[in-house]
Amino acid sequence: MAPTILEMRDITKTFPGVKALSNVNLSVEEGEIHAVVGENGAGKSTLMKVLSGVYPSGTYDGQIIFNGGECQFKGIHDSERKGIVIIHQELALVPMLSIAENIFLGNEHARYGIIDWNSNEARTSALLKKVGLKEDPKTLITNIGVGKQQLVEIAKALSKEVKLLILDEPTASLSEKDSQALLDLLLEFKRQGMTSILISHKLNEVNRVADKVTVIRDGRTIETLAKKDISEDRIITSMVGRSLDDRYPPREPDIGEVVFEVKNWSVYHPIHAERQVIKGIDINVRKGEVVGIAGLMGAGRTEFAMSLFGRSYGRRISGEVLLKGKPVDVSSVSKAVQHGIAYVTEDRKTYGLNLIDHIKHNITLANLGGVSRHSVIDDMRELAVANDYRKKTNIRASSVYQMTGNLSGGNQQKVVLSKWLFADPDVLILDEPTRGIDVGAKYEIYTIIARLAAEGKAIVVISSEMPELLGITDRIYVMNEGRIVGEMPAAEASQEKIMRAIVRGEGKAA
Amino acid sequence: MSTESAPAPQGNVAEEQRPRIAVSALTTNLREYGLILALIAIMVFFQFTTNGTLFKPVNLSNLVQQNSFIIVMALGMLLVIVSGHIDLSVGSVAGFIGALAAMMMVIWPLGPFSNPLVVSIICLIVGGAIGAAQGYWIAYHRIPSFIVTLAGMLIFRGICQALLGGGSSVGPLPDGFKALSSGFIPDVIGPLTLIPPTVNAAGKTIMGSGLTLHMTTIVLGLIAVLAYAYFGVRTRRKRERHGYEAEPFALFVVKTLVGSALALFLVYQFASYRGLPVVLLVMGVLISLFVFVTKRMTIGRRIYAMGGNSKAAQLSGINTERLTLMVFINMGVLSALGGLIIAARLGQAVPAAGLGSELDVIAAVFIGGASAMGGVGQVIGAVVGGFIMGVMNNGMSIMGVNVDWQQVVKGLVLLGAVIFDVYNKNKA
Repeated sequence: MAPTILEMRDITKTFPGVKALSNVNLSVEEGEIHAVVGENGAGKSTLMKVLSGVYPSGTYDGQIIFNGGECQFKGIHDSERKGIVIIHQELALVPMLSIAENIFLGNEHARYGIIDWNSNEARTSALLKKVGLKEDPKTLITNIGVGKQQLVEIAKALSKEVKLLILDEPTASLSEKDSQALLDLLLEFKRQGMTSILISHKLNEVNRVADKVTVIRDGRTIETLAKKDISEDRIITSMVGRSLDDRYPPREPDIGEVVFEVKNWSVYHPIHAERQVIKGIDINVRKGEVVGIAGLMGAGRTEFAMSLFGRSYGRRISGEVLLKGKPVDVSSVSKAVQHGIAYVTEDRKTYGLNLIDHIKHNITLANLGGVSRHSVIDDMRELAVANDYRKKTNIRASSVYQMTGNLSGGNQQKVVLSKWLFADPDVLILDEPTRGIDVGAKYEIYTIIARLAAEGKAIVVISSEMPELLGITDRIYVMNEGRIVGEMPAAEASQEKIMRAIVRGEGKAA
Repeated sequence: MSTESAPAPQGNVAEEQRPRIAVSALTTNLREYGLILALIAIMVFFQFTTNGTLFKPVNLSNLVQQNSFIIVMALGMLLVIVSGHIDLSVGSVAGFIGALAAMMMVIWPLGPFSNPLVVSIICLIVGGAIGAAQGYWIAYHRIPSFIVTLAGMLIFRGICQALLGGGSSVGPLPDGFKALSSGFIPDVIGPLTLIPPTVNAAGKTIMGSGLTLHMTTIVLGLIAVLAYAYFGVRTRRKRERHGYEAEPFALFVVKTLVGSALALFLVYQFASYRGLPVVLLVMGVLISLFVFVTKRMTIGRRIYAMGGNSKAAQLSGINTERLTLMVFINMGVLSALGGLIIAARLGQAVPAAGLGSELDVIAAVFIGGASAMGGVGQVIGAVVGGFIMGVMNNGMSIMGVNVDWQQVVKGLVLLGAVIFDVYNKNKA
């Protein structure tokens, strides 16, 4: 058995009024990939912040033993000096600086304060080779995709002579392909003897790479599973504390006539005017139907949805939108909303919520007319509406006066959903509705979607998680490079079929 | 003070629901109470250091007349800052409008159009147009407001000086116009003499002796205080009827009583001099209007949402471009009103009118707790912030503190207030 490189013993961390961690134990062996899983708010990130010194020694109880010695980190610098490097979910790169500048930011090779760029760039090239990134060290971060940025973060970690690499949800915003590449890289590092801790929601990834899995629930260690015991069902049972027989709620589709139809929809890039992003898309959705749009990152799904929704994306938009057979004008968001179309964004923090305001104000924002008379807001009605939706969507908060910025991802998503439910749309477009939220909250979101379909709404779900699409939709469109390249009833679809449609479409698209 | 004419804003519903005990209600409202307590503390401090001059009726009237234009412009600036922008041009626009008004009333042969009322209305429209011209670039072309209004600051100061023909001033302005700043509301009820003034040997009354009350002021003040209490009780009742917790009763009573007592004290002081200054009435009406708009109206809510997250607001169906334009038009109109008040107070238009006042206005809004990032800030906060600046100006002037050092003190107060805010936020 390999020696233990890290041991965290009886870690207890309390915030005013909440016990975030109580007696958590984590033991990581040298050279393994150790996954830490748990629902959002279970305490994974807090545990990692304790480990990396974000919460300095003294603000928590318990011991951290790394490489045989007890550590008392006063800050991130202390832990980095020992070789513990954490890569956060939100990337911490400076967009307008180059790859090399980012990698050595704060750590530049310099003499008397004068930076030796040749040395920095040479070292950057070496590091980029290690992570398999073929880019010029002088390329600006803003010009490379999220997947590559993630690799730059890892290269940055390597530059610090990392002994223990912690990745917090590294694939949350990556496409399937990039995710696979990243996981392969992790396995490669493992072969070279590096130890990693992987925090992830995606159980198939954990299943694939992890040697051990520690499950955390409600701030406690539930169990640590060895490689042979790892299975998705076992982990889920452990995470939610109950067995989820079905990850998707049962539903009896009651599908009616076509409600929503898009014909020959084309959109050009907002900046590169000659680049066509959406190339003549036709789709339709029936009453009570849940339609999925599958595809890889960059297939143009979000661009398609946002251009439909009040031309919020792109230029030179052409095509027709029909509601119940009649063409409608959706050239502004408010017109789209008036016609009963709602779009729930994939990026709730940037496009969905006012994070410095409370739940109540966020819920009513898209339909202030519904709580006001002659433009004067009726406080009591607004409060009643907010409490009603809080109950309906099961938002966990102390009251509707809690700031949305302080809610967990799942609860934030429920606030955004509530906002659009209160606007009472006939057509609801959900873009990655369960991104970055935990299994329990996902199930709740699926239940809401099923209920809305049962109420006769037409629903479009855009998702990169194929099992999710297969589990909750009735029909699936497959999109690739701005076109629809396949359409199939969900009952006949499979991950393979979808991938095949994408790959076949790849040849066709030009 | 605002309390006497503001018809009980609907309170902070946000903060009212949570607390069960008075202490927590107090701490949640610390920012708002803290600011008002700070103003009271500063007033008491200067009351002592100026040997009681500060609260003298004549000085109170002066204080209001000196600072009203800052407060009026701060109302517009609050919305600008809440929506995530800044307006550096307000001082120059005020100066330009003052010059325009003076030219129209005194120099240009406009006949019936040189009537003060007509001129004032035209000037407010011109102010709105200036706001629209600046707001257009900010809203529809996404030019940073700092740059657009910095340009506006230079442009309108220049036009103001050119209009007045270099360094000269234009005046005197007609008395009817000057009443906007230095007038008092007429006593339609008639004065009430409590103590007859002393008559000296020569048969002349001695100024300032005796006690005569301006009854219209007293009656207006009483109505405002009663309305304040009435609306407060009504809101409470409504909340209780709907089964929601209101703030603790004791706190509510104390708050209402203290507020009313303060308001009545000020009303009494004004009544014992020449009554309510016209400009205070104008200010009071505007403050009430803006409190109502920001707290209760959909447009107010939309401005806060836009400042908090412009993209999310846009995707919620809010026309953020038009809203930004409207915020700047509003700012332009209020800058124009500020300019008219300045000119009316001085009795003439001078090239330096309103010079540097944009900084006082912005400082008032930030002292009042607004966030430079947008999305946060209260009308009452900005008003109290404006009065804090005003009382310090006035108090230090009476004490004979050098103008240079007055600036240093004001700068420190601004910095201190914002540090206090940030510290508080981090602690929470």
